Amino acid sequence: MQKNLVYVLSELKEKEVLEMVKSRLEAGEDPLRILDDAKQAMKIVGKRFEEGTYFIPDLIYSGEILRAVSEMVRPKMTKQAASKRLGGVIIGTVKGDIHDIGKNIVTFMLDLNGFEVYDLGIDVPVETFVEKIRETKAPVVGLSGFLTIAFDSMKETIDAIEKAGLRDKVKIIIGGGNMNEDIKKYTRADAYGVDAMAAVSFANKVMASTTKSA
Amino acid sequence: MEKTSDKVQKNLEAWCNPPIPFPSKEVEKAYKERTRRIADAILLKKPDRIPLMPMWEFFYAKYAGYTCEEVMYDPQKAEDSVVRTVTDLQPDGFQGPIFFMTGPVLEAYDSKDVLWPGHGLPANQAHQFVEGEYMKANEYEAFLNDPSDFMLRYYLPRVSGSLKALATITPLRNNFAYFTNFGGWVGLGTPDGLKALEALRNLSQASFQYVNFLVSVIGKLVMMGFPPWSGSLTEAPFDVLGDTLRGTKGIMLDMYRQPDLLKQACEKIVGIMAEFTISTARANGNHPIVFVPLHKGTAATRDGKGGFMSPKQFEEFYWPTLRKLMGILIDNGFVPNLLCEGDFTSRLDIIKDVPPGTCIYHFEHIDIHKAKKVLGDRVCIRGCVPIHIMTLGTPYDVRAAAKEQIDVLGEGGGYIIDTTMASEQIKPENMKALIDFTKEYGVYR
Repeated sequence: MQKNLVYVLSELKEKEVLEMVKSRLEAGEDPLRILDDAKQAMKIVGKRFEEGTYFIPDLIYSGEILRAVSEMVRPKMTKQAASKRLGGVIIGTVKGDIHDIGKNIVTFMLDLNGFEVYDLGIDVPVETFVEKIRETKAPVVGLSGFLTIAFDSMKETIDAIEKAGLRDKVKIIIGGGNMNEDIKKYTRADAYGVDAMAAVSFANKVMASTTKSA
Repeated sequence: MEKTSDKVQKNLEAWCNPPIPFPSKEVEKAYKERTRRIADAILLKKPDRIPLMPMWEFFYAKYAGYTCEEVMYDPQKAEDSVVRTVTDLQPDGFQGPIFFMTGPVLEAYDSKDVLWPGHGLPANQAHQFVEGEYMKANEYEAFLNDPSDFMLRYYLPRVSGSLKALATITPLRNNFAYFTNFGGWVGLGTPDGLKALEALRNLSQASFQYVNFLVSVIGKLVMMGFPPWSGSLTEAPFDVLGDTLRGTKGIMLDMYRQPDLLKQACEKIVGIMAEFTISTARANGNHPIVFVPLHKGTAATRDGKGGFMSPKQFEEFYWPTLRKLMGILIDNGFVPNLLCEGDFTSRLDIIKDVPPGTCIYHFEHIDIHKAKKVLGDRVCIRGCVPIHIMTLGTPYDVRAAAKEQIDVLGEGGGYIIDTTMASEQIKPENMKALIDFTKEYGVYR
């Protein structure tokens, strides 16, 4: 039965998912076990996206189904699930750019992979990134952007992080459909990515090296 | 080889021999050389050299030293920027400045779906589109039942702060007898309604000024021997629905939750777009080239991973109605010029299905070797000088990038050089380098 929920959610069968959750709740099952199944299914979804068998619409749809599941389950919960988070990632679309589709997908994938994500939104002023790094001490920063104006905004943001004396405290990845090695060099970021998986593997790498050195 | 379209050939021929009273033989010759160069590339022949039809948009302002805001509001500066850029740099086709002088129009709308200089953006930045769910998930029936009514009473009141009161009028179809609609306009008689009518008046004046500006500047350049590179534009039906109406998340969920309604709406939009596009082109002297920017059908990466849809969804939801629209345009003698935003390498085998010599495909990110191999005997390729080299690089970098494109894509003809996208941040010296280098190195011998 529990395997079933993992299966139907990972296959994006919305109706079956909701029916199954409903009947399991009615049967008095511990809501936490249902959420565990959902989490397991979402891991499969994320993996399929990484492998290239799922695409952005699949991610968006799975997120919507998951939201409906939590809305059904939450009212029945007596205790909170203990969530173990891997580490912090600050993300935002840089100054002058309001594109958010790519950033939201990256946020979703990072969250799915267990990171504590601080999403600063769009058109984010340089100072906001600096303040958030100070406040959260997150070791990873993701700068998102689509327009050509974002190249300079990314550079300015990284310059400001450096000026604030925080550059050696964070690893920075720039992301967006137009990013490449040249722009990485221009902005002096540590890495670039053109899809959501690049950010996840970058964050994983940074976390692994910080735990090792700690 | 499959046959090309006679209609397209005929229309291109007419474009190369226009009934325009040019001021001199020299101007006429220059104009005809330019259109011929572009027409030859479209027909997959070898022109005398690789044609230049740059996607300039707000680069005009940058080149002439004006802000984006100035060219959106000041007709003299707007016209001066376009005329100066075109006459200085001498491309084969120039882009009609369709976003210039739109400031007053957007203001009259009190647009909620656009940010522009002075309205959410600094003076020197081009406008940006604010996506939203301007049509709700449960409104497909209303749209399908009467698209005009939907746009008038649902869509416009949502994207325009000043025209909110249009939501209060009764559907125009209610005028089915002389006694049925005495009270249908009551909503526009209220204080809010009267304000909307005033806004409509301002909007109409701004629209009139905008059209006059475009006609004047384009006419001037034509009389100097420069043809515009398109006379109409259209969009993929899926993009009309996804960008304008349902939003990214909305339309993605519709692919799972209500795929049949989504497809019906796309089918409906084919007819609407075909009529709009063809009538616009006819009003512009039957200009053969139709600009078609594509958004939501793309992959994110070269191998097709991570995209806005899967290859299967592209074939099921995106391509069929786009192809149908392209087919109608081609059958009427028009040349769809797709601007394939994103990475279309993984879509090449699907989109090659068009009659040879009838289309231009402009790519942003693409494996140029594969593109030439798959499309070389079928579609004129446009692009693909990387935008970041134009904005961040030096003239030296630009020449190297242009050489690479010309060597691969220019082989045997059927190629138009351009940047991968438009940007107001392109350095003027880089654009000059691209043009001068192409005129020299891009000559077919």
